[in-house]
Amino acid sequence: MPNTKHILVALVEDKPGVLTRVASLFRRRGFNIQSLAVGHSEQPGLSRMTIVVSGDSAEVEQVRKQLDKLINVMRVSDITEEDTVARELSLIKVKATTSTRNEIIQIVDVFRANVIDVASDSLTVEVTGDENKVSSLFELLRGFGIKEMARTGTVALTRGGIS
Amino acid sequence: MKKTGAQILCESLIREGVEVIFGILGGAILPIYDAFSQYPQIRRILVRHEQAAAHAADAYARVTHKVGVCVATSGPGATNLVTGIANAYMDSSSMVAITGQVARPFIGKDAFQETDITGITLPITKHNYFVSDTTELAKTIREAFYIASTRRPGPVLIDIPRDVQQEEVEFVYPEKIDLPGYKFVSRGHSVQIKRAAKLINEAERPVIIAGRGVIISQAYAELQELAEKAQIPVVNTLLGIGSFPGQHILNFGMVGMHGMAHANMAVQHADLIIAVGMRFDDRATANTKGFAPHAQIIHIDIDPAEIGKNIPVDVPIVGDVRSVVKAINREIRHGQHLDWLSQLDQWRQEHPSLEAGEDRALLPQYVIRQIYEATQGDATVVTGIGQNQMWAAQHFVYTKPNSLISSGGLGTMGFELPAAIGAKVGRPEDVVWCIAGDGGLQMTIQELATIAQENLAIKIAIINNGFLGMVRQWQELFYGRRYVDTKLWNPDFTKIAEAYSIPGVRVNHREEIAPAIQKAMDHSGSFLIDFVVEPEENVYPMVPPGESLSQILQMPKTEVVSSC
Repeated sequence: MPNTKHILVALVEDKPGVLTRVASLFRRRGFNIQSLAVGHSEQPGLSRMTIVVSGDSAEVEQVRKQLDKLINVMRVSDITEEDTVARELSLIKVKATTSTRNEIIQIVDVFRANVIDVASDSLTVEVTGDENKVSSLFELLRGFGIKEMARTGTVALTRGGIS
Repeated sequence: MKKTGAQILCESLIREGVEVIFGILGGAILPIYDAFSQYPQIRRILVRHEQAAAHAADAYARVTHKVGVCVATSGPGATNLVTGIANAYMDSSSMVAITGQVARPFIGKDAFQETDITGITLPITKHNYFVSDTTELAKTIREAFYIASTRRPGPVLIDIPRDVQQEEVEFVYPEKIDLPGYKFVSRGHSVQIKRAAKLINEAERPVIIAGRGVIISQAYAELQELAEKAQIPVVNTLLGIGSFPGQHILNFGMVGMHGMAHANMAVQHADLIIAVGMRFDDRATANTKGFAPHAQIIHIDIDPAEIGKNIPVDVPIVGDVRSVVKAINREIRHGQHLDWLSQLDQWRQEHPSLEAGEDRALLPQYVIRQIYEATQGDATVVTGIGQNQMWAAQHFVYTKPNSLISSGGLGTMGFELPAAIGAKVGRPEDVVWCIAGDGGLQMTIQELATIAQENLAIKIAIINNGFLGMVRQWQELFYGRRYVDTKLWNPDFTKIAEAYSIPGVRVNHREEIAPAIQKAMDHSGSFLIDFVVEPEENVYPMVPPGESLSQILQMPKTEVVSSC
């Protein structure tokens, strides 16, 4: 079976050690996490984890079941096949001179990204979007020289209803 | 009413029905041991090494279907539990391990005997707790016992800092448990049960593979009804031995790497496998690529993560084995598989798996059979790991339910003696035979002191071949007979036993076997027999590692004599 990207969404208890339990399980079962994003959910005391993994369906199903067995995990679902909205955020510090600054800003505008800091030799850009959009902007800016980049993992929700 | 953390622990243990704990004390658990003095109704078994406390609690849990409890101090006490906890985890044994921890102000300071035991045991516990708030202690214990004993059982560790043990708080034992993340499916899905029943009704060559889940669920009667009603042959995994009567006409013995040739052939020729409370462990399936090539597979297990983990299945049924098999039994018709059963009988005759040479002096297989003859199966057999374990699995007839206690998943040498302690404490009326290897016994031999101190009556049979026998067998068969570090110099085990006030005899000749066993049975207390067996006897049949169940090495020739 082919390896494909899967998005797992887990609702977990907001307690010490829960992230370790989840990360440890991935390590033990030999799964690579492409990205992991954790933050509060709409329910007090519960966090939502969005985990992007690569694997064939059977492998990912196995990891989903193993995650579901963790006592601190309330619910976990593979939303890859569902109609979802997925976003990530990236901060990119790109080299900028007086001659390149305008060009960079034009590119940033096309991507509907924002310049959030201007320094004499750099611009810091904030971009939000799906993985492809963030990667595309990064590629375009690469030519100007990237000084630093920070990227969150994907966060995702299913459209409409409640996942 | 205010109580100290230590008293709260004791009160909670009593409310959970705990009658006995296995452990050793140390500085960080001292307040709890001090509190034990006020609770004499909790029996304490003082072991000599924490690993033994965990194995004993594990075996106690297996024989009683209650939660086994082991207690250790922080640091090395806690880390010594690790092997025993891992063993309980692999074999789904319900255990609560309680460890002392350095006081809260010292946490994270690398204090004396501080170890992050919750971190260490994360992947080998069903769940674990670090108690940072004394008011949470009672709730934590309640949850721990519930988690350890329900659904698929497993070990739960509770790490309690010393100052939590000493702090006084209001004690209320919670009546309700609130664990929203702990889901529980006990009844199988009705659609899948109907599909399973249909396949069973239509099958021509069905085989049941019964695992430890049958024992955990105590589904003995339901399994027997399934087998008898539909006339389906039953084979067992190692830990499934004792789930179905050993002498039953439909019992075709153990499957797997050292399974009976006819049992493996049955699986390989079956058109339907009904896997009941087993997890397709590689020692049972051999190479999964060649496993049961003609069969559709029904898999019944309470753990959804076991479904499809190692083998793709056709009908998955998640639920408690007892309730699922009961439901299936209502749906199936009375069946007959005369041709199939006679085929299995024919294979059994053509490929005898329980042969032992007659001309040799003292064969280990013969020792096990003599123990069976002497007990007529009315015993609890606890084994070590390796050859002794396989011979005990093959040559003893387990007529009583749940009468074999063995380390299956982890394969822990040194399990036998402490596990025999746990089994005897759990079943004081039973004759407990500890089938030990000369290698494994020496890994936990200090527990002879525990046996002596507690005055336990355990019959110890050492299958002494002077080798780490199973590894030697692999060296012989697959490593050109290069016996690197498998030859053992052994002490005089009877003298060691004697030093612990346990009488013993050494047996060097075949005709001495039965009298020695009788002497052990007649003696009211513990007794040790050192059976000096043929040093290079091998366990057969054997499926070589990496091969499918069809590739069976038979005795006495070491080439494949039956290929199916």
